[in-house]
Amino acid sequence: MATTEALRAAPTRTRGAWTANPWVRFGARRAGRLLVSLWVLVTAAFLMIHLIPGDPVRGALGRTASAEVVAARRASLGLDDPLWQQYLHYLKGLLTGDFGTSLISQVPTSEIISQRLPATLWLALLGFLLAVLIAVPAGVAAGVLTRRGHGRRTELGFTTTSVVLGTIPDFMLGVALVYVFGVQLDLLPVAGNSSAAAYVLPVACLAIGPAAILARVIRVEMVAVLQADFVRTARAKRLPSARVYLGHALPNALTAALTLSGLLLTGMVAGTVLVENVFAWPGLGSTITSSILNKDYPVVQAIILMYGLGVLVINSIVDVSLALLDPRSMILED
Amino acid sequence: MTGTPSRRRHLSALRTPLGVVTALLAITVLVLAVVAPILWTDSAKAVDTDDILAGPSAEHWAGTDNLGRDIVFRTLVATRLSIELALSATLIAVVVGLVLGVAPQLLGRRAGRLVTASINIAVAFPGLLLALFFAVVFGIGATGAVLAIGLAGAPSFARLVQTMVAGVVSLDYVAAARTAGVGRFRILVRHVLPNVAEPLVVNATIGAGGALLAFAGLSFLGLGVQAPAYDWGRLLFDGVSALYVNPGAALVPGLAVLVTGLSFNLFGESIAKAVGVPTQGTALAPRTVVAPRRSTDHAGPATEAPVGGTDDVVLDVRDLEVAFPGADGPVQVVRGVTFAVRRGEAVGIVGESGSGKSLTALAVSQLVDDLGQVDAERLRFLGEDLLTSDTAARRKMLGTSMAMVFQDPMTSFNPTRRIGGQLAEVSRHHHGLDRKQAMARAVDRLGAVRIPAPERRARQYPHEFSGGMRQRAMIGMGIMGSPSLIIADEPTTALDVTVQQQVLDLLAAIRREDDVALVLISHDVTVVGEVCDRVLVMYAGRIVEDLPAADLATAGRHPYTQALVAAVPSMDTALDEPLAVIPGRPVDPADVPPGCAYAARCPLATERCRVEDPPLAGDERGRVACWHAGEPIEPMQLSTTRTDVP
Ligand code: SF4
Repeated sequence: MATTEALRAAPTRTRGAWTANPWVRFGARRAGRLLVSLWVLVTAAFLMIHLIPGDPVRGALGRTASAEVVAARRASLGLDDPLWQQYLHYLKGLLTGDFGTSLISQVPTSEIISQRLPATLWLALLGFLLAVLIAVPAGVAAGVLTRRGHGRRTELGFTTTSVVLGTIPDFMLGVALVYVFGVQLDLLPVAGNSSAAAYVLPVACLAIGPAAILARVIRVEMVAVLQADFVRTARAKRLPSARVYLGHALPNALTAALTLSGLLLTGMVAGTVLVENVFAWPGLGSTITSSILNKDYPVVQAIILMYGLGVLVINSIVDVSLALLDPRSMILED
Repeated sequence: MTGTPSRRRHLSALRTPLGVVTALLAITVLVLAVVAPILWTDSAKAVDTDDILAGPSAEHWAGTDNLGRDIVFRTLVATRLSIELALSATLIAVVVGLVLGVAPQLLGRRAGRLVTASINIAVAFPGLLLALFFAVVFGIGATGAVLAIGLAGAPSFARLVQTMVAGVVSLDYVAAARTAGVGRFRILVRHVLPNVAEPLVVNATIGAGGALLAFAGLSFLGLGVQAPAYDWGRLLFDGVSALYVNPGAALVPGLAVLVTGLSFNLFGESIAKAVGVPTQGTALAPRTVVAPRRSTDHAGPATEAPVGGTDDVVLDVRDLEVAFPGADGPVQVVRGVTFAVRRGEAVGIVGESGSGKSLTALAVSQLVDDLGQVDAERLRFLGEDLLTSDTAARRKMLGTSMAMVFQDPMTSFNPTRRIGGQLAEVSRHHHGLDRKQAMARAVDRLGAVRIPAPERRARQYPHEFSGGMRQRAMIGMGIMGSPSLIIADEPTTALDVTVQQQVLDLLAAIRREDDVALVLISHDVTVVGEVCDRVLVMYAGRIVEDLPAADLATAGRHPYTQALVAAVPSMDTALDEPLAVIPGRPVDPADVPPGCAYAARCPLATERCRVEDPPLAGDERGRVACWHAGEPIEPMQLSTTRTDVP
């Protein structure tokens, strides 16, 4: 019962006036963690180029490039400076919006990113929305139907379907979707993002797996929450069933689902890389793949940084919404 | 953790259909990995330039690739490389994860913390992203991909190991070894690793499935195995570009990856389930919750009109039965209970746990779990027949006239919503008040149950309340309407002794003010005797005695009533004396003996008691169900001390 004691003690703990506010402490801790993670991310991105065995410039320009060209490019990239100087230079660059320059096209990477980012953002966002729109109603309904002692068969069917859908890697699902809807039925475009219809398959492809996983967790949580004392209390208030399920049970089932959806959303950010490659989506994912193959390291570095940043932002948003949804989660961390 | 039982548990995984199927698949794949390259390498290499990118035919079941090579043979031969790569990557992930996971234990506090923090940061990034990062560092190709996928998988293994190690280290005997001066490394080898090994292997099996799928992903991006070598991912990559010409070229390797990946994954999961090992995915295990209680929409037969002259009867229960489905047919937990509660009356229901007292209360309030079958000849509250089906009007009537107070105030409030809102909800739904008015009433009611600073408290969450305050707020919720009956199920059991009296006083005050009836369920005979006018004693799902509370202490006629009273430590019982208890065990509701249910424990039991069930017979003093009601019993026979109980 240590947590109970902690809960009871938490609000009355006497500290400095403003540090006594759990929200302030929570915010400070979260901001601190974000900063540390950010620093790790930036440093890892910086070190990436230096960890690559051999000369990255030679690698990118190929064997045919003359020694003078390579040397000149190395110098312009500052690769001959001492490491710490390069690090400082890199940090300074990031602060001023300079993410480096493509080794191959000589275009500033910031330009490439601003061109490519929106397509990826839309894909991830729509994918996530679709996943939530499928998972929440499906999970809640399945939870109510399979609450303790009910719907054995429904439960088996639901779990099997969601396990299978949740485990198929999205790029394979993508290939299957391309084959069925693009090749066989010729219903939907399978490449690019030039029309609204072109969004259907990539977004669905990205959403189906996470939706299945999320729905499964929501169901399990709903079943558990429906057995909780406070649901009985809500019934004792003689509220209509819909109000009991949606108003009382759902918010509690969602806390676990929210923790998970953070993982799923970050997973989807990574998933866009594969999905973009399946559907020739003009976003960061197809760019990073071709840049890795072309050894265009500054572009790779910048895009990795963007993905990492996306992950950190998502995690912070999830943490904050978790605290808003279930205030206990904030204090439990102390 | 001895070998034999754990092996037996492993085998039990094979008894589930999923376990068998996935185990067979995994074994088949492993065999193929060994034999396929020996048998079919030549067939897989055979170039047939006349038959390029052909569809399925008798000769080539799944068609051919862009050099006219047979897809099926190529897929079979690729098994070895695919499995090798996946297993190597898994090995790297497990080894690195293990090292990182135990490092905090071996290193000092500072360094250990640093490792932990780094793991925490790393697990936040999705595996594919880490794999991409490492793929860049280690270069494109099979070796780079193995390293990339292995290292990308390491953080989650590290997290798993860390959690398990922390669990083992806190075990008593390990802590004892440490205080006895056994070195960290020795503890690790002796105690920690053996305990961690099994879950780690199970998780590695699951991880191998994941690694296989990840490899397919990297190869699909062109970052994995490079031609002329080929694994399933590479075949898939090539097949996709020929999707329009020969879909088989993508389908066959795709299926191979999928089926193998899934069977490793699910085989691991089913072992994990059988052995009860934590997996990386169970961090989100559902929290424990107490047994469900839900209302039942029970449509019973219409019953006779209310008996004349019972205008002041609030609650009228006749022959109430509650049954739950059991292993061999329904189990009757409440077996025909009849009682009435009058306006303003306080009726206590006492009995050991399992006597059916709580279920009686829940059945009366229509809150029995809907697995429970509630039956009654009559069930009326304020003249309204509760056996007819549920309507909005009835919900409103119950919601405003019947108040419930539950045992555990800690769990009875919704943790995600403010107290005020949870109270106000009653008035918003049943009185049609708007948000502001309802909140004003909630604040008023919180004040009425003597919660200080109700304005501020209404805006707080349940976890910010103390236990006693929460229970008072629960009572406040009950008086949002104007109840005629409060049903309180062990309302003070979960509370500190110091606040128990406050809660009881509050209930008494509310009753006095509005002439509210009370049904108080408690195992505490003293509390019931103090608060109630009348007491129902329940045993094995029946009322065995119904008597005035004043008689409870000295004038109980049923042997069970006397035993309950005798089991209460009196003021002059020395504190260090063992607690007195009633000898024998309560009756198992699935197996109620014929005759009097109490016979096995009763000092007065005779032959008749064992054959004939005594009816609940009423007289001017109350009701009692016993063939030897009121016969004297030696005090020594009534109770025993706990040391005598097996
Ligand atoms: S009926 Fe017989 S066995 Fe039952 S309580 Fe009375 S004396 Fe005991």
